[in-house]
Amino acid sequence: MFEIFGIPSAALFGQLLIGLINGSFYALLSLGLAVIFGMLNIINFSHGAQYMMGAFTAYLILQYSGLGYWPALIIAPIIVGFTGIIVERVFLQRLYKLDHLYGLLLTFGLALIFEGVARNYFGSAGLPYTVPESLRGGQNLGFMFLPNYRAWVIAASLVICIGTWFVIERTRLGAYLRAATENPTLVRAFGINVPRMITLTYGFGVALAAFAGVMAAPIYNVSPQMGSELIIVVFAVVVIGGMGSILGAIVTGFGLGVIEGLTKVFFPEASNTVIFVIMAIVLLVRPAGLFGRRA
Amino acid sequence: MRKTLGLAALAAVLACGPANAQQVNVKIGVLSDMSSLYADIGGPGSVAAAKMAIADFTKDNPNVKVEMIVGDHQNKPDIGSQIANQWYDVDKVDMIIDVPNSGVALAVSQVANQKNKVFIVSGAAASDLTGPKCNANTIHWTYDTWMLANGTGTAIVKTGGGTWFFLTSDYAFGHALERDTIAAVERAGGKVLGKVRHPLNTNDFSSFLLQAQSSKAKVIGLANAGGDTINSIKQAAEFGIVKGGQSLAGLLVFASDVAALGLPTAQGLVLTETWYWDMNDTNRAWTKRWQQERQGKWPTMIHAGVYAGVLHYLKTAVALKGNVGDGKAVVAQMKSMPTDDPLFGKGAIRPDGRKIHPAYLLEVKKPEESKHPGDFYKIRATIPADEAFRPLKEGSCPLVSG
Repeated sequence: MFEIFGIPSAALFGQLLIGLINGSFYALLSLGLAVIFGMLNIINFSHGAQYMMGAFTAYLILQYSGLGYWPALIIAPIIVGFTGIIVERVFLQRLYKLDHLYGLLLTFGLALIFEGVARNYFGSAGLPYTVPESLRGGQNLGFMFLPNYRAWVIAASLVICIGTWFVIERTRLGAYLRAATENPTLVRAFGINVPRMITLTYGFGVALAAFAGVMAAPIYNVSPQMGSELIIVVFAVVVIGGMGSILGAIVTGFGLGVIEGLTKVFFPEASNTVIFVIMAIVLLVRPAGLFGRRA
Repeated sequence: MRKTLGLAALAAVLACGPANAQQVNVKIGVLSDMSSLYADIGGPGSVAAAKMAIADFTKDNPNVKVEMIVGDHQNKPDIGSQIANQWYDVDKVDMIIDVPNSGVALAVSQVANQKNKVFIVSGAAASDLTGPKCNANTIHWTYDTWMLANGTGTAIVKTGGGTWFFLTSDYAFGHALERDTIAAVERAGGKVLGKVRHPLNTNDFSSFLLQAQSSKAKVIGLANAGGDTINSIKQAAEFGIVKGGQSLAGLLVFASDVAALGLPTAQGLVLTETWYWDMNDTNRAWTKRWQQERQGKWPTMIHAGVYAGVLHYLKTAVALKGNVGDGKAVVAQMKSMPTDDPLFGKGAIRPDGRKIHPAYLLEVKKPEESKHPGDFYKIRATIPADEAFRPLKEGSCPLVSG
């Protein structure tokens, strides 16, 4: 804890940047969760499994069609997003009128099934996936070696996050969506197909998870349990940011990545606990989360 | 006189051969992680190996009837000991085998001791199982943390890797592996520059890798397992650790981990194992049979250990004419008989329960050196059986000192 003076500022910059990169994953995943919760009122517990499905789909695309990372980055989210649409049509749409708990239990069950199926067919050790040729190597920034792939992760994630925030908060489509959450009957009266819009929103949220999965495949172990390990942290991020707040999810995602990164330097043993400590404090002080609106 | 006659009669019965030998019934339980982290290094593969051992043995010994049951301990010591209790008490299981995860294995070992049954460890690593926590009912077959540390640690120091930095998984197994490796490194004249302890199941190691990088240590020792090891190695490649002149030492790496990494990422990694499927024709033939049940997978040394352990146990059961009720007597008999099986060759079990066989220092091949699927390793050195494991006297096992 007292090594703060022992660490040169250059190394500290390195750790801050690393934290920001990890934060990109938290932001991407919590963004999808926030969109789904904000628009559908569903606590999507299968988000981690859908993230895992994104990575697995990328692997399968490579195995069976030879298409590499870049096509997979587009195709895998579409495929997984489509499975999300099926889930919404078949199961979730029946639950909107019920308590949150039902959606949570259903998606949790689905997550266990997805994981079990993946484990049955691919085993638990993981599958190989390498960094694409064009993003190998890295830059020496003076204070640290920044792999090109990490630079790409941070850029892509920022673009997606800001883009999504813009669409939902600043465009007409987003206005319809927000209106449909507030008062579906009224929006329907204006001739807008609300159920279809909701279905597509869920599909989009799931596609975001799958996108994060493909982004993770080259640097993290592609295994059936990769999602369930991450999802708990991501839920904490969403709770800290304020359930359903898009901006909150993005800002806390990046912010907590940085805090976690710094913990890994000063007190590594606590690095997987620090986020939950923050969550507990935030819940005590601001029960609706940092960016949440009071219900 | 009567005693001599009795012995003669006994010898006659033993000499009669399998044809009219008496019926032997045993029940074996394979307890493993069937559905999570370690399911590929043990799990269903261990079940397949146990089945093969039973099939091979009963083919030559038709008088032996073996029943087998399977359980999933879910990596939780409480569930593991609960299953063990039930198996030994209610289901009349005579012997439990495998049990990856040192925490669960230590718990099951205690249960076996209390119930006076037999426990053969193949999957778990902690050298404490034949050290301070040893007992007269447990045999540790395949490998342990001391052997891994000694094999990889000593070899790397000798080839010029004098300074070390550790990435250690923050629980009993990681601490044991780190402790044993530091001892091995310092014994060989190396120096430890630093270490960082990360939580189990960490996703991102870049922060730790940066710390390792700035320590300027020549070797980064990975005292972790499974997904943590895979993530560390994958990200070390990304951060150019090996290209920058530092090397990685995987202190516990299985064939299934190498398959998950792929050779382009794993190449050059040095590790120690006691069995490798592609080492000789016997192993290859065995693997082919094993793969009929586990298609597309590669057997690990844990699977081989389960096969060999079951085989030796069944031999003992026949030698005892099926009197397998007294676990301590069975284990004593197993220790007194030399072991001999197709996978590990001739060996022995020491008084502390440690099974002794050679270990191999391996290096992961470059992609262009790999001739066929599963062609993972070059063999750099063979560590003879009497040097591969911790010397009997240093383990502070009560069975030895007392």
